[in-house]
Amino acid sequence: MSNLAVLPIIIPLIAGIIVALFNSKVPITRILTKILSIISLAVVSYISWLVFTEGAIILETGGWIAPYGIVLVADPLATLLVLTTNIVAVACAFFAPHALTLKQEQHYFYAFYFFLISGVSGAFLTGDLFNLFVFFEVLLMASYALIVLGGDKVQLRESIKYVLINLFSSILFVTAVAFIYGAVGTVNMAQIAERVSEVDQDGILTTIAILLFFVFATKAALFPLYYWMPKSYIVPNPVVSALFAALLTKVGIYSILRVFSLIFVHEMELTHQFFLWIAGLSMVFGVIGALSTNNIKLIIAYNIIPAIGFIIMGIGVLNEDALSGSIYYLIHDMIIKTVLFLIVSVVAYVAGTSDLRKMGGLIHYYPILGWLLFISAFVLAGIPPFSGFIGKFLLLKGALAANEIAIVLVALLSSLLILYSVMKIFIRGFWGEKDESGKYKMKSTKGFIAPIVFLLLFSIFLGIGAEFIYPSIESISSYLLDPQLYIDSVLKE
Amino acid sequence: MEIIIAILSGVLMTTGVYNLLQKQLLRIVIGTVLLSHGAHLFILTMGKLKTGQPPILHDGIENYTDPLPQALILTSIVISFGITSLLLVLAYRTARENNTDNMEKLRGTENE
Repeated sequence: MSNLAVLPIIIPLIAGIIVALFNSKVPITRILTKILSIISLAVVSYISWLVFTEGAIILETGGWIAPYGIVLVADPLATLLVLTTNIVAVACAFFAPHALTLKQEQHYFYAFYFFLISGVSGAFLTGDLFNLFVFFEVLLMASYALIVLGGDKVQLRESIKYVLINLFSSILFVTAVAFIYGAVGTVNMAQIAERVSEVDQDGILTTIAILLFFVFATKAALFPLYYWMPKSYIVPNPVVSALFAALLTKVGIYSILRVFSLIFVHEMELTHQFFLWIAGLSMVFGVIGALSTNNIKLIIAYNIIPAIGFIIMGIGVLNEDALSGSIYYLIHDMIIKTVLFLIVSVVAYVAGTSDLRKMGGLIHYYPILGWLLFISAFVLAGIPPFSGFIGKFLLLKGALAANEIAIVLVALLSSLLILYSVMKIFIRGFWGEKDESGKYKMKSTKGFIAPIVFLLLFSIFLGIGAEFIYPSIESISSYLLDPQLYIDSVLKE
Repeated sequence: MEIIIAILSGVLMTTGVYNLLQKQLLRIVIGTVLLSHGAHLFILTMGKLKTGQPPILHDGIENYTDPLPQALILTSIVISFGITSLLLVLAYRTARENNTDNMEKLRGTENE
């Protein structure tokens, strides 16, 4: 029973190895990838159903009792995120064969894709701080390989910056873990939380908390540590960008959510007030970035930053509504960012350029694509009844209840600008006179549309089916607000 | 003993950061190596440095060496070893493709 918790990590890992073995036969790997990703999704769905009906599944690996061995904790939050990861992964598995070149497929794309999923699932599920570092490295290693896949000039130039910044923050992560081990004598998250609350989080622990925040903020691309992100996310293959946008920054923000709702919750005035500032600045600078450019891929990449800002705003407020909003927004953003990256990559493919100034009138040739972009822009900006609205509504409700008026205003304004920045693609790229010069030869978009629609349906369901989903989200946030629940379920005292 | 290792780790980190801020790619790679050495030594220091004691916690045994930092450091060394080799290859390819190993010239300004 409790062994189920390891399956979301093991299945992609084995799948990656299987796919690597069949590497030379590309048609077989394509089919295998689709089948294995669906199997993984099915298993994870079953696990989520179990977790939501019967409570968290906790696996003590190797039979070592909780504080001594490594624990995997499939609590509702982690399972929900693993489920979303797998949904995104399935869509990307179906999109990938159409977007990748044969050479990229032969250079082990599918194997690294599975290793990435494995690492991300592991990072969500682990209950041990050092193990979190290890899973970060697993997913980063896969991402290093994916980002250079293709190996052209610009890609290599941006990859080396990506690798360096991530390597640097990983080293800081190890140092922070060492600090924590020196201060409280354990790396098990539940036990750290217990011991930190015993000593009531003194000065040195708050310093360590900020160091950890710095590490996770670099991975999550928060202000002012986002400078590496936009350019390095637009250089790899579109599928890779979509996976990165959906998963990598979200792992960072999940770690902040976990650490600052479980362990460091005793100096709220200092740490969480600081988060609100960071949240506001991330929103402002993110949309400024998105508005400043005419490269459609870069517009979407910059839009990751305000989204992360929204999520951290909920963590900063830390009451039930705001936290529900953060979790809702996290799920929503994982899906919609993938959708947008995929759509924009198709737009860039059919238009032959990613520069907005050179496009126009695409809607006459690709009406479905245009309207998909239109709907996604609405979903992203949070127009009711779509999913972004529910997340933002809960966040703002929570922030207002905590009397944080300034951040509410910034959030509302930046939502408007987010809508404008994405609508700009629609207005400038799709509207306009039909281009008769034959600049756009009809290119087939077969195979591109289905994965996008699949994900968009989930996104719309998150909005319209909010009545159905909200109770689970609410139970997760009340679970997060009481760290004792997590500690008791892991340490079983 | 701890204080000496802590200072050594600090010196490694400082030189690491200094090298990381250089323009030449190879120096940057060396900087990351030094940084990770500093971090590893630091983990070891955090477990209290003792010699001649077994890593066993048993009834009646008062003095024991903490085995956990050694397990952590081993994992961390393996990871940084792998990443350093990847980084060297990546740096080599980047320098070859872009015809420069100067970070100033690798800024990438085409989207600004």
